[in-house]
Amino acid sequence: MGAVTLRGFGWRHAGRKRWAVRGVDLRVEAGERVLLLGPSGAGKSTLLAALAGLLPEDSGEQEGTVEIDGLDPRKARERVGIVFQDPETQLVMARCGDDVAFGLENRGVPADEIWPRVDEALRRVGFPYDRDRPTAALSGGEQQRLALAGALALRPGLLLLDEPTANLDPPGAALVRTAVAGALDADTTLVLVEHRVAEALPLVDRVVVLEPGGGVRADGSPDEVFGAHGDALAAEGVWVPGRTVPARRGTATPGEVLLTADRLGLPPRLAPTDLQVRAGEALAVLGPNGAGKSTLALLLGGLVKPGTGTVAASAALAGRDARTPPHRWRAPALATRIGSVFQDPEHQFVTGTVFDELALGPRRTGRPEAEVRSTVDDLLARLRLTALAGANPYTLSGGEARRLSVATALATAPRLLICDEPTFGQDRRTWLELVDLFADLRDAGHGVVAVTHDAEFVAALADRQLALSRGPSSGATP
Amino acid sequence: MIGPQPVAVASAPLARRNPVAKLAAALLFSVVLIATLDPVAPAIAIAVELAVLPLFGVRYRVLARRAWPLLVSAVGIVVTLVLFAAERSGRVLVEAGPVAVTSGVLLTALGLVLRMIAVALPGVIVFATTDATDLADALIQNARAPARFAIGALAAFRLVPLLGQEWQAISMARRARGVDAGRNPVAKLRLFVSTAFALLVGAIRRGTRLAVAMDARGFDAGVPRTTARRQRFTAADALLVAGAVALGGAALTASILLGTFRPLIG
Amino acid sequence: MNHTDTNRWRTIDIVVASVIAVAFGVIFWAWGLLWNGPADAIPLPGRAVLYGVWLVPAVLGGLIVRKPGAAFYTLTIAALVSVALGSSWGWTLVIQGPLEAAAGELAFALFGYRNFRAPVALLSGTLAGIAAALYDVFVWYPDTAWGSFRLPYILITAASSLVVAGVGGLALTRALVGTGVLDRFPAGRERTAI
Ligand SMILES: Nc1ncnc2c1ncn2[C@@H]1O[C@H](COP(=O)(O)OP(=O)(O)OP(=O)(O)O)[C@@H](O)[C@H]1O
Ligand SMILES: Nc1ncnc2c1ncn2[C@@H]1O[C@H](COP(=O)(O)OP(=O)(O)OP(=O)(O)O)[C@@H](O)[C@H]1O
Ligand SMILES: [Mg+2]
Ligand SMILES: [Mg+2]
Repeated sequence: MGAVTLRGFGWRHAGRKRWAVRGVDLRVEAGERVLLLGPSGAGKSTLLAALAGLLPEDSGEQEGTVEIDGLDPRKARERVGIVFQDPETQLVMARCGDDVAFGLENRGVPADEIWPRVDEALRRVGFPYDRDRPTAALSGGEQQRLALAGALALRPGLLLLDEPTANLDPPGAALVRTAVAGALDADTTLVLVEHRVAEALPLVDRVVVLEPGGGVRADGSPDEVFGAHGDALAAEGVWVPGRTVPARRGTATPGEVLLTADRLGLPPRLAPTDLQVRAGEALAVLGPNGAGKSTLALLLGGLVKPGTGTVAASAALAGRDARTPPHRWRAPALATRIGSVFQDPEHQFVTGTVFDELALGPRRTGRPEAEVRSTVDDLLARLRLTALAGANPYTLSGGEARRLSVATALATAPRLLICDEPTFGQDRRTWLELVDLFADLRDAGHGVVAVTHDAEFVAALADRQLALSRGPSSGATP
Repeated sequence: MIGPQPVAVASAPLARRNPVAKLAAALLFSVVLIATLDPVAPAIAIAVELAVLPLFGVRYRVLARRAWPLLVSAVGIVVTLVLFAAERSGRVLVEAGPVAVTSGVLLTALGLVLRMIAVALPGVIVFATTDATDLADALIQNARAPARFAIGALAAFRLVPLLGQEWQAISMARRARGVDAGRNPVAKLRLFVSTAFALLVGAIRRGTRLAVAMDARGFDAGVPRTTARRQRFTAADALLVAGAVALGGAALTASILLGTFRPLIG
Repeated sequence: MNHTDTNRWRTIDIVVASVIAVAFGVIFWAWGLLWNGPADAIPLPGRAVLYGVWLVPAVLGGLIVRKPGAAFYTLTIAALVSVALGSSWGWTLVIQGPLEAAAGELAFALFGYRNFRAPVALLSGTLAGIAAALYDVFVWYPDTAWGSFRLPYILITAASSLVVAGVGGLALTRALVGTGVLDRFPAGRERTAI
């Protein structure tokens, strides 16, 4: 059960002129494990939604056909389980057990069979709490595991996973992968979308690469695909395993101190932490899920009032304002001095189009309109968003949204840039572009702080690291 | 905190009753009270409500915290009646221009205030002791409410506590991008309105995605739904409803016997 | 399962109507504090100028979902949510909410659920307002005089509902369409491609 047939499949989202996917011919046999690859915006998430029967007729236009075991996917929903790119939007009920049971109730599973199946699904994904735990009290990784349990409890013939480990710390990601591997029965078909190929390979036996313009670029076993097309795919943005990325370490010695945090904390989210950021250096902040990294980023960015300790800006960063802490600065002044990129890109959007989103900051800081236009056009081109200038930010693909959120912070050319997970969900090409962007900024004398789980990013860019742990804070390591 | 979480001791004998039974009991009890304008019946009802409160596991302190807006409303009712009463019977207590505060007016106002409190308390008690999920389950199983609507409303209700976090996130996003109001009150109001609008937009967007997630798990599959959490309507629940009717009726009877009863219409 | 032109509610109709209702339930709760707090400075019946806010969900639900029962469902749930959060009118909103919601629904029903233009929206808001004011007058303000209180109260409430709920609901729907969140609803269908 769970065989997939696509014939000339295409989908165009309502309100878009370009097809998100087009001309896809593909057959996946029951029990196959497929890794679906392609550059950001190639239509991977759209394709998964089509397989799950979640592209309603009123939200776009379809071409060709999709069949699950010979059925229209809208009629075959009971055979399919899906975990979305963003697990938070996927939780329905207030208690964890109820959430897993929700799908079983919908399918009319007899009441006395429901709870044993819920418990089994929770056990298979290694869920650490009992059924009564409120879903609102879960961290990102725990939500991901719960969503997976909700899909597995349905015993789907076809399991669809969209970047299931994007926001997880490395041990958490490994746990989820183990859970997936352990949860698959011999005849369960798996279609997995994951940019980081090396980590996903143990789970799959076949790789399918989507071509952004339409069609399938490559299809076969991992060895075949990467052996025959490795270089070309890497150039197009696929994370081909075994290929290194060039490092962009700082060349000059760091300059003056921009920002100093002294015993900075916000109980219970962040324990007191000391740190300094200098001009011309890139500092990486690491640590497990829930250690308080995002909280630290918001505190440094002047967006949240410190609970304990202080943040002090130097005269080099703030001029006369150096005596007041950043969270008390007027917003236009803040935006030109410290730029913030939030962990969830959608939390950052405040306007209706990609163009306005980028123009907002420069306009608020009083730049002339001609200069605003050229700044925006430049950023759009550099991050390959030009074709999407008129699009609504909330309709972008995961990777596109991430790029836009980074670009909005760059638009006001702040002296200090604070980014929360700037590289998650990125294809290789954009990733390299982002590393170059940050490195150029750093070399031009800006300070960069990046919160990240991405070890390659740290290796390529960071001059210094700060590891937070859950519990009492640790200091920076040189 | 005012929120969707129940705040009572869940194991209290009446808090454990079926949510539909609690709802019906509270509704029937208050309908009786709406029907009369005298102060006696509501005064008895308030006494009854305060007496059964421990049985619902609600502490008086919790009730006070939840019910304080009632007192503000009470002041409003008294003022309105003093200014606009049609009949000003009884002894004149204070006279200021056209407004004569008479004993009759104050008696009616007292009746209305007591009635308002008497009618509001059952609602506070029911929602303080009832979990939203249980309520939706019971409505479906014991009151034959349409399951799709009950579950849909329940899923949306879960977003209440998230709205506060969302408000913070929107405010931070604006600040990070150079948008603030400074000290100008007009700009402040505009920023407030636009933040509220963004919150509504964000909530609707969440709703559309939630609907997709629900469909992905077969919410609208057309198969008859089963329910994992059994809600039973037992004899004890029927007794609760009957008790509420009896107590409401008793309050009304007392008022009639004392000759204070005044029907709402007539 | 994805009919849009039949009268059956899709999942998205149910959830979005519920979400709007929940958002307004929270607004009602806050508005109730304002109504009985700072707004006490404006004595009744003049305070009824602010009344229209209580009826916005009916118009909004009707205009966005465009299915029979939408106005009724949205306003009723909003009232219930505000009760659950601890509104000062408490419990009687359980009766008043559906009553005014039904009046708001009536406007859409009169036009056979085919017309969702401005006049219908204004009518919906006004009818809901009148129903609400009548309930108030009989239940909360008995013994008041018709001339100096009841009639002005009802008229001011109707006018406020016409403007705040009717015009306001219409404007809010248009603004929401502009953000793209209603793309899957008939109201949001007419937009240009990028
Ligand atoms: N709801 C939507 N409305 C309009 N356009 C959309 C919508 N969702 C996606 N798109 C567009 O369709 C294209 C494909 O998006 P999709 O999310 O499928 O990409 P993806 O391959 O998953 O990319 P990523 O790796 O960045 O997640 C993108 O250009 C995106 O902007
Ligand atoms: N708004 C909030 N209110 C209360 N607690 C919060 C809030 N945001 C986060 N927390 C909690 O504070 C702790 C630190 O959260 P934070 O988001 O800073 O972690 P993080 O290190 O960024 O984790 P991740 O790697 O998962 O993004 C977590 O335990 C989290 O549950
Ligand atoms: Mg995607
Ligand atoms: Mg974080």
